[in-house]
Amino acid sequence: MLMAAVTALLFGPLLTGLVVYLLPSRRLRDIGPVVLAIGLLGPLWHLGTEVVGAGPLVLALGGHFAPLGIELHVDGLALAMLWLTGIVALAVNVYVSASLPVDAHFPATGFRALWLILWSGLNALFMAADLFNIYVMLELTALAAVSLVVVSRGPEAVSAATRYFLFALAGSLFYLLGVALVYGQTGLLSLRVLETSSWGGPVSLLALGLMTGGLAMKAALFPVHAWLPRAHAVAPSAASAALSALVAMAGAYLIIRLWLGPFAGHWPQALAQGMAALGTAGIVYGSIQALRQSRLKLVIAYSTVAQLGYLLLIFPIASLLAWQGVVYHALSHGLAKAAFFLAAGNIIHLLGNDRLTSLSRRDHRLAGSVMVMALSGISLSGLPPSGGFLGKWWLINAALESGQWWWALAAAAGGLLAAAYVFRVLRHALAEPHPDAARDAPIADNLPRRMFWPPMLLALGAVALGFAGQLLSPVIRIGLPTGVGG
Amino acid sequence: MSGILAFSLTAGLLFALGLYGMLTRTGLIHRLLGANIMAAAVFLFLVVLSTRATEAGADPVPEVMVLTGIVISISLTAFGLVLIRYLRAMTGQATLPRSGREGDGHSGDD
Repeated sequence: MLMAAVTALLFGPLLTGLVVYLLPSRRLRDIGPVVLAIGLLGPLWHLGTEVVGAGPLVLALGGHFAPLGIELHVDGLALAMLWLTGIVALAVNVYVSASLPVDAHFPATGFRALWLILWSGLNALFMAADLFNIYVMLELTALAAVSLVVVSRGPEAVSAATRYFLFALAGSLFYLLGVALVYGQTGLLSLRVLETSSWGGPVSLLALGLMTGGLAMKAALFPVHAWLPRAHAVAPSAASAALSALVAMAGAYLIIRLWLGPFAGHWPQALAQGMAALGTAGIVYGSIQALRQSRLKLVIAYSTVAQLGYLLLIFPIASLLAWQGVVYHALSHGLAKAAFFLAAGNIIHLLGNDRLTSLSRRDHRLAGSVMVMALSGISLSGLPPSGGFLGKWWLINAALESGQWWWALAAAAGGLLAAAYVFRVLRHALAEPHPDAARDAPIADNLPRRMFWPPMLLALGAVALGFAGQLLSPVIRIGLPTGVGG
Repeated sequence: MSGILAFSLTAGLLFALGLYGMLTRTGLIHRLLGANIMAAAVFLFLVVLSTRATEAGADPVPEVMVLTGIVISISLTAFGLVLIRYLRAMTGQATLPRSGREGDGHSGDD
């Protein structure tokens, strides 16, 4: 039963992506992925009850356990990410079921297949439990993600995608070299076995550095973020939502897994401080760039560079509270950022462009999307009672508890900066109509309900996460990695 | 033992060489070739690892990783070449604009 649930999550989207074209009508092809997303909530629920009831799961494919076989694992963190993927995927599928038929700029066929393959790859990545398997899944997701940027067509899209591709290619080779070094030293690939065996030394540090560098390129962590803003801004909005909320975050997720799992205790505290300093630099740089953009989707994309920086703040603190804070931050950022990008897609659908100055139309048809942006902005800037607030609150408290007030300051300052770029967007939306805006084409038509509600519900979910802290914090503590202290 | 060391150093050198090419060249084909050299370096290192004799003979796990890696590397190279051709067909050149200069072009599905 468990294996069936996992198989459904791994192969459901992949197989749907391959056969969805065989469906006889356009309407069925639009509805198919939505039905799949709703259906996959069942396996997710089953996995959830198993993990909550019986602790972290280790699934050995074909009954062969590590070090011989390939394992999949689901602990609290992986469960949280799988649920985030499931929910964002459901929203994206409902959204594209309405947006693809009306959007003639890119081929619906390619988009659907690539997105479904990406979805499978993400599910596999979050469950992967050995270093080499992670490499294969990274490549699968990178191929699908780069192609989703190309789908937008046009020289802008292809050059952004090529840049993304080069970063992803170099990143995975760095990662693979790190894997080879780990294998050379220990003869092991399984995260679980590595975590419990005693190893270390300079080779392990070199391997950790290579893998972290490679994954940072995939996650667009500062200073190897150069590809992300263009690629995420130029991709179709539904793809941007998945890329920012899930794909970029998956790289940071793996860095956290490696540092606190198999490599726990191998790194000196100074290195952890350095990582958090890079994270802080990313928060400041991304936020300042977001403040300088004149296009909505670039603001949101730079915001992703900033928000992912928070995830690196865990390393110098590494307490239970910091763990909760960082995981909660990843969850609420995922929901809020997906909502933000889908809302931007709605605005592009209505206005035909995403210039901030065009937002000042004061048209009632824009109001709903502006409200979605305000709601996700509340979570991104960490205002109570949102999920973003709770994550930052835990992170700041954890920093103060460990006596490292400067990281509390970094988290708080990042919140202020986020508020600044969110309010800048809202200010444009609420301002007197810009002279340029009058020249824009009239608003197309009404927004289909299937394009309005997914971002609205995601944004409300990001805010509602703030009330679910008591409920969810025990879940994300299941199967804590050894690197997280009490 | 010295053979292993020599091959490992060669792999390291090749990796650095490929990376240098990826970073300094502007032509995209050159950069893709740089990545290929990096991949070859990693595969060389893995093959070296597999020759460290155990009682049972050579270690098959790194060999399997190399095989999988080669398949992935070839697919990615093919994908990259298509991407570069596509870019060239659109812009007339197989280079990327400098990251700061892409400016405020079109964004989004507009």
